[in-house]
Amino acid sequence: MALVLNEEQQLLRDSAKSFFRESSPVEAFRKLRDRGEAWSPELWSAMAEMGWTGIVVPEEYSGLGFGYVGTGLLFEEAGRTLTSSPLLSSAVVCSSLVAGLGSDAQKRSLLPAIASGELITTLALDETSRLDPAATAMAGVTNADGYALTGSKVSVIDGTIAHKFLVLARTGGAPGDRDGLSLFVVDREARGLGVTGVLNLDNRVAATLRFDKVQVGADALIGNPGDAWEPLQKALDIGAVCLAAEMLGIAAEAFERTLGYLKERKQFGVPIGGFQALQHRAALLFCELELTRSAVLKALQALDADSADRSLLASMAKSRSGKTVQLAVNEAVQMHGGIGMTDEFDIGFYMKRAAAARQEYGDSYYHADRFAQLRGY
Amino acid sequence: MADLTGFREQTRAWLAENCPKSMRRPIETEHDQCWGGRNWIFESDDQRLWLERMAGRGWTAPQWPVEYGGGGLSKEEAKILREELARIGARRPLESFGIDMLGPALFRFASEEQKRRFIPDIVHGRIRWCQGYSEPNAGSDLASLQTRAEDRGDHYLVNGSKTWTSYADKADWIFCLVRTDFQAPKHQGISFLLFDMTSPGVSTRPIKLISGNSPFCETFFTDVKVPKENLVGELNKGWDIAKYLLTHERAMIGGFGLAMAGRETVSQMALRAIGSRDGRLADAALRADISDYEIDEMAFALTIERVVDEAKAGQGTGAASSLLKYYGTELNKIRYELLMAAGGTGALAWKGEEDVTLAKHWLRTKGNSIEGGTSEVQLNIIARRILGLPA
Repeated sequence: MALVLNEEQQLLRDSAKSFFRESSPVEAFRKLRDRGEAWSPELWSAMAEMGWTGIVVPEEYSGLGFGYVGTGLLFEEAGRTLTSSPLLSSAVVCSSLVAGLGSDAQKRSLLPAIASGELITTLALDETSRLDPAATAMAGVTNADGYALTGSKVSVIDGTIAHKFLVLARTGGAPGDRDGLSLFVVDREARGLGVTGVLNLDNRVAATLRFDKVQVGADALIGNPGDAWEPLQKALDIGAVCLAAEMLGIAAEAFERTLGYLKERKQFGVPIGGFQALQHRAALLFCELELTRSAVLKALQALDADSADRSLLASMAKSRSGKTVQLAVNEAVQMHGGIGMTDEFDIGFYMKRAAAARQEYGDSYYHADRFAQLRGY
Repeated sequence: MADLTGFREQTRAWLAENCPKSMRRPIETEHDQCWGGRNWIFESDDQRLWLERMAGRGWTAPQWPVEYGGGGLSKEEAKILREELARIGARRPLESFGIDMLGPALFRFASEEQKRRFIPDIVHGRIRWCQGYSEPNAGSDLASLQTRAEDRGDHYLVNGSKTWTSYADKADWIFCLVRTDFQAPKHQGISFLLFDMTSPGVSTRPIKLISGNSPFCETFFTDVKVPKENLVGELNKGWDIAKYLLTHERAMIGGFGLAMAGRETVSQMALRAIGSRDGRLADAALRADISDYEIDEMAFALTIERVVDEAKAGQGTGAASSLLKYYGTELNKIRYELLMAAGGTGALAWKGEEDVTLAKHWLRTKGNSIEGGTSEVQLNIIARRILGLPA
């Protein structure tokens, strides 16, 4: 498939660009932050009206079924304005797991509600501060009424916003095994479930979930018991690549703002962008952005095609975009000089969001290691 | 699509029939690469046959028009041909500066008569070309070149010298930048000449490199008579051709950074040299560096693909050659650093019976980011032309 956007995708990109610029510019993010709020339900409703809360939900469940290349464009544009929403957790990752694994009844009850934006869901996966799904220890013990869940989850993004969680638990095997993992849908109000949230540096919520014999019915199991590993890999690929697209947007925006500053800021009587020391670093960053753009587009196409090298390409894109955005925001602050260190100036927000996006769904090291494993070394 | 499927089947069948088995083995020595030309001594009958058969179909230059001896293939067909060649591990039938560099410039700037005269010989590998660009005092500042061509009525009289002329000692003809207006600003007095390297007054001297090889020469011109009909494009407009051609050269040099079909990957070589433990390359720190490199290598290959696709869709920036040249050559240097690391002390071998080429290739890559415009020049071009930063 050609590495270009088709007409429909270009139209989506244009409408996403103007939507985020108008409805959630960086000033809006600053206001949320100043008020101590993590997200804007009004913005979420507006995104739902655009249909984006159902962007990957199949049309038969009231979604758009637009595909991942288009979804990636949404994240890229949202990255440019630092838009904070449960789009990734709920509308993309959880909905794709339910659409791929759920029974007809589960799909009917969950997908249209997710697609409309009314139901917010998130994946409860990590038990330590580094991604390692095979290490999952949370127990899902079968009993007469279904399953009892015991254990804890950390760093659950949007965990205090979500109405329901998709929880990875162990119904067989031992921590370290890929077999024996199962996914359950658990209501936020379930008895025995404690949810506490912290606000991360990027002003988004990460929650800690404590499960003390939380009883769920047999119908809470999504997919076959013990077989969650493979479908989870796909969901993690989707999450990683959409974050890679967001990081591309963050990096591109930070770079463009910096470029503008290099042309306008004068020292020694000349624009500082005339200094070769800065020109070469800007040019190198441009190259890194171009390579990462290619990597992200290819990985998004591989999600749509569900091709055999999907995971390899996802890890390539996530690893590379993490490093590119790290360079972009570091250079942005450095090249802005003192003003880049002030809270009053926006560029620091990009650095903070980049730090979080790099960690979520596996950092550059995790994905470089996975890339090597998938290539057999 | 049906047509393309048919084309693939026919191509596959033709290659099965016509690509000699020995031409499907990886390139090992310098002589495994066929450069053609008047003085070429074929390494084997197979090498000669492979060139003749491919050139006979125009497939040494698959997308050039049939009327000039090219293959006349569409972009899609050419891609299929590349894929089918890669599938059987076929060698390139002809390495050629004529195909990679001069040809595209001739199609754009040469007269009809010149195209008919020069292009078919390029396709068939009958004439081997070299490039006369750099001079001892004109490297990164190429436009300050001093080689003179004076108008003597029916011919130009050329005097001066070139350096870093790739394979000048083996080439039949040269495409050469010369100064034809000595008063004009430096970019506006340059012309583009073609002439025979056996012309009286031409001499070459190989330059021995740190790799021990001599792929480059110094080239000297003393009262060389060049017929006027060998001027390509307009007089004093040669800089436009030079720039156009440099973009092709950059794309070619940059392409060295690609994982070429059938070539062993860095990780495969490292596994062979070091082995694995618990399913992972036994040297964890080297493994991490290799993984980073292979991710970049893949992203770079995808960028080349995207640049081509965008150009076709009319979306490209058109300024990609500096990016590709810069990144491709820097990546290739990293590639060889990693291969040397994986090879350990064994990679230090310089003379012997076994494979002793790695260290020499490693040293050769150091020139990739110097030739065809240094990395620093490419970054200048990106900063000024693409990013619009002040000069």
